[in-house]
Amino acid sequence: MEFAFTDEQAMIAETVKAFFAENASSERTRAAMAADGVDRALWSSFCKELGLAGIGIAEELGGAGLGMVELSIVAEAAGTHVAALPLLGLAAGARAIALGGNTDQHQAYLGGILSGDILVAAVEADAEALHFADGKLSGTLPFVPHGVAADLYVIASSLGVFVLDRKAAGVSISAQTTMDQTRPLAKLILDQAAVDRLDDADKAHAGFRQGGWLCLAAEALGGSQSALDITVAYSKERVQFGRQIGSYQAYKHRLADMMVDIEQARSAVYWAACAVDEGDEEQALALHSAKSFCADTYRACSGHMIQLHGGIGFTWEHDAHLFFKRARSISSMMGDSEWHRQKIADLVMGAAL
Amino acid sequence: MKLGFSAADEAFRQECAAWLQEQMDGPFADIRGITNLVSKVDRRRLWEQQLAAHGWSCIGWPKAWGGRDATLAQQVIFAEEYARAGAPNRINHIGVELAGPTILAFGTEEQKAKFLPGIAAGTDIWCQGYSEPNAGSDLANVRTKARLDGDEWVVNGQKVWTSLAHFSDWIFVIARSEEGSQGPKGLTFLMMKMGQPGIEVVPIGQMNGEAEFNETFFTDARCPADSLIGSVGDGWRVAMGLLAFERGVSTLAQQMQFRNELDAIIAAAKANGMASDGVVRSRIAKAEVGLRLMRYGALRMLSNTDLSAIDGAALTYKIQWATWRRDLGELAMDVLGQAGEVVDGDNYHWPMLPNMYLFSRSDTIYGGTNQIQRNLIAERGLGLPREPRGNL
Ligand SMILES: Cc1cc2nc3c(=O)[nH]c(=O)nc-3n(C[C@H](O)[C@H](O)[C@H](O)COP(=O)(O)OP(=O)(O)OC[C@H]3O[C@@H](n4cnc5c(N)ncnc54)[C@H](O)[C@@H]3O)c2cc1C
Repeated sequence: MEFAFTDEQAMIAETVKAFFAENASSERTRAAMAADGVDRALWSSFCKELGLAGIGIAEELGGAGLGMVELSIVAEAAGTHVAALPLLGLAAGARAIALGGNTDQHQAYLGGILSGDILVAAVEADAEALHFADGKLSGTLPFVPHGVAADLYVIASSLGVFVLDRKAAGVSISAQTTMDQTRPLAKLILDQAAVDRLDDADKAHAGFRQGGWLCLAAEALGGSQSALDITVAYSKERVQFGRQIGSYQAYKHRLADMMVDIEQARSAVYWAACAVDEGDEEQALALHSAKSFCADTYRACSGHMIQLHGGIGFTWEHDAHLFFKRARSISSMMGDSEWHRQKIADLVMGAAL
Repeated sequence: MKLGFSAADEAFRQECAAWLQEQMDGPFADIRGITNLVSKVDRRRLWEQQLAAHGWSCIGWPKAWGGRDATLAQQVIFAEEYARAGAPNRINHIGVELAGPTILAFGTEEQKAKFLPGIAAGTDIWCQGYSEPNAGSDLANVRTKARLDGDEWVVNGQKVWTSLAHFSDWIFVIARSEEGSQGPKGLTFLMMKMGQPGIEVVPIGQMNGEAEFNETFFTDARCPADSLIGSVGDGWRVAMGLLAFERGVSTLAQQMQFRNELDAIIAAAKANGMASDGVVRSRIAKAEVGLRLMRYGALRMLSNTDLSAIDGAALTYKIQWATWRRDLGELAMDVLGQAGEVVDGDNYHWPMLPNMYLFSRSDTIYGGTNQIQRNLIAERGLGLPREPRGNL
């Protein structure tokens, strides 16, 4: 037992941190926000130059091997810069295909996804809103992240996990103006669209959630840490009443509280990642904990970031709102914190009577 | 990164679980499940000695001094099994977790030989004499005086809030050895025998009805010249080094007590129907998450061998658990309802959960209050400006 990064993991962390710090600039993110929410050049170098798209996917399937710890390291670094990337689609979608697909399905999809040539969006759908028969899916999916940019969709529901090509007949996609423009939501209407149901629905759905929840939790961790770091830096520059604002106790104690939560969020992400990698029997508890705790932390930290910057923090120009809005969308996606807590309660005290 | 235990670790788990179970079912059944530090002290002294006789009193210490050189994984496992078996809180926690490691880290070979065997054997119980009436959060404001008189130190002054002083055998104190010095300079760290004529202990009643802590008065109290750890005037460094041990493996044992408390709340909620209330379920879930994150935070902290780096997990640990437990106290009383506010008999002595509710209000005070923790986190962890010092 050793709850610290190995040398190799520390190296990956350093590499991805440097990569995003250099490339995922605010200007580039904002350019993507004005378009469809994907920085394609960044995505292409992430997949092709760094070769990181295959993390968490077995090498025999064309992936980079490694596991959820490494995937979390990547998502944390991406979240640090609110990078406009289809990482969630990759984390949930590719993992669903890898774990639940048969050989044909692996061959049909994984190559293109991992090379970055095919952009995948992942969405969890309410089975009641869907109708599936004879290989055709119908229904409305109102909130598909990166739904306009995607080439391929992985739709997870209790009816099964489906792969859908955007060019299939019966698919109509409409953009929605979305609060978090780094991961805009689109509405998909499916009318008898041909889908490929992944062979092992349970494994696919489990993989979808492991990858998706961890990606969101780790992004939230990275974003929270940024909110703290940026605010700490500001608090040392800005002077009021003849003192650095960071010297006031009301101010510094709030920063300390942020750090306390962030350290717990870090434990949560890497606990859940290890639990999945090690097939631990408590992995469900760990995943629900990570998603709910990290989303809550991110919302609190990004809110504090605005308050502790004063007026400048409320401007469009300052990046604080990027964090704040990403935090909001992470929190709503794939089960809000309250939903996850009720699942946790079921696990620790049995289902409610 | 790896969380799982090896097969050898699991074998170790079997070994200690079996032994602890046997003790708690048999010879020590009468002290099973006691969480306070003041009842049945004589039996609990014997329990400390029983642990020692079987090599379980200080497993993380070096073998040469009565420990087992246990790995981190083994220490985690022992803490878990200790609580699972319902073994009572360790009354010599301060000796094993604070005094011992401090002597190991800063003491001379002679001092190790003099003090460690008694701790390892469970015969010497220790207490901590830091706080004074005018030195609480501002600990460096200590005024108790120590003066060298021939081959002895002579100590005069007063300590306060000294937990367990009323039955301890030894006390470590920080005292001002340099006349006229101020703040952290000029302090010396001394180990003194309790029960001598110059030391008077007066218990202080606590809000939960018990009296674990005391006033400790020193009037020409004495100890041999070589009772100091470190050098003369260097006591602050030793005292602060000791505080780092407070975040050691003992935190894991404490967490297991928290586990028992949360389980008791869940059981109470099931028994009185609160378990079907969605808000209560959500709060229990939150408590569960907090407890797990405490565990993994502690494992991160203990896995971090790079002590030079600023360790966020370690720096934030105290406020995290203290706040968590204070919230747990509130949850416990909300789940129990008014039934939690009455007790059978005419003793003002509370069962586990109401007592925890009351006691948890001290968790956010001792060992550095929540406010002081936030100052430390902001200053050491985030590099923010230090609090200005006044001159009153
Ligand atoms: C149950 C219990 C057991 C104890 N056991 C021991 C023991 O065994 N040995 C021992 O030496 N001590 C012991 N203590 C003492 C404990 O460490 C002190 O109580 C603690 O350090 C606080 O000091 P104080 O009580 O003087 O409060 P004060 O320092 O007077 O604090 C009062 C209030 O002011 C706040 N405050 C103080 N300074 C600042 C600041 N700079 N910024 C913001 N707020 C501030 C505090 O947070 C607190 O809310 C124990 C205390 C308790 C409650």
